Amino acid sequence: MATKSMGDIEKIKKKLNVLIVDDDPLNLIIHEKIIKAIGGISQTANNGEEAVIIHRDGGSSFDLILMDKEMPERDGVSTTKKLREMEVKSMIVGVTSLADNEEERRAFMEAGLNHCLAKPLTKDKIIPLINQLMDA
Amino acid sequence: MDTLVAQLQRQFRDYTISLYHQGFLDDQFTELKKLQDECSPDFVAEVVSLFFEDCEKLIGNMARALDQTGNVDFSLVGSSVHQLKGSSSSVGAKRVKGLCVTFKECCDSQNFEGCVRCLQQVDIEYKSLKAKLQDLFNLEQQIVQAGGRIPQVDI
Repeated sequence: MATKSMGDIEKIKKKLNVLIVDDDPLNLIIHEKIIKAIGGISQTANNGEEAVIIHRDGGSSFDLILMDKEMPERDGVSTTKKLREMEVKSMIVGVTSLADNEEERRAFMEAGLNHCLAKPLTKDKIIPLINQLMDA
Repeated sequence: MDTLVAQLQRQFRDYTISLYHQGFLDDQFTELKKLQDECSPDFVAEVVSLFFEDCEKLIGNMARALDQTGNVDFSLVGSSVHQLKGSSSSVGAKRVKGLCVTFKECCDSQNFEGCVRCLQQVDIEYKSLKAKLQDLFNLEQQIVQAGGRIPQVDI
């Protein structure tokens, strides 16, 4: 990683490693493209249970996890709690719908998120978080 | 006198602007265009194609659920509407997204007639958008085939 925060994301020296957890194939494609556009590499999981298995089996380490809230098998809240129990240290960013109310967002944050963003995701929403990661 | 490329580029520019001004598309479509590059020149078309597949599937689900006269599961309809709202938001399909807001309200209040009306409108609207985006992509192809570049359009 670069050693100071910067606006020009192209100066990242190490590839940002991102796990995208979402049951919507459309969102997976768009979010993968966003991560690629900002110089990162990504892996996807179609639901929370897959995300847990990836961490359990592969010993994977991600810089950033983009976590959808509503998913079958295991939702974003449950997945985030489980990953934190597994001592996953990645930055976990919840991705919520505008329909989610304040209480739902708070519950999601309290599960162990670092941040919450509303859909649709864009490069401009993600870049400040990447800068924060680089500063850490 | 305008070359063919210049004419096509002007047509493309005007048509794109009209799609935004008439409320078919919003900023999220612009964001998708920004993600398209030489490595993935068909990115927007692929995403949009997935979106329309989604529309067909979800509208089918809603129609079947609403067809259960006297025994409509409004939460099932609402769930499909929620998904469609999410998808339309992700691609910048502004009118479809707007209709989903009204549709969801009808589901929440178990307004059967309202739901049926909304379903009809959503069906019309997504098909209209599909046709218009196809025209837009055709224009892009014509520009490229004529040896030109697709102009960036500032909205």
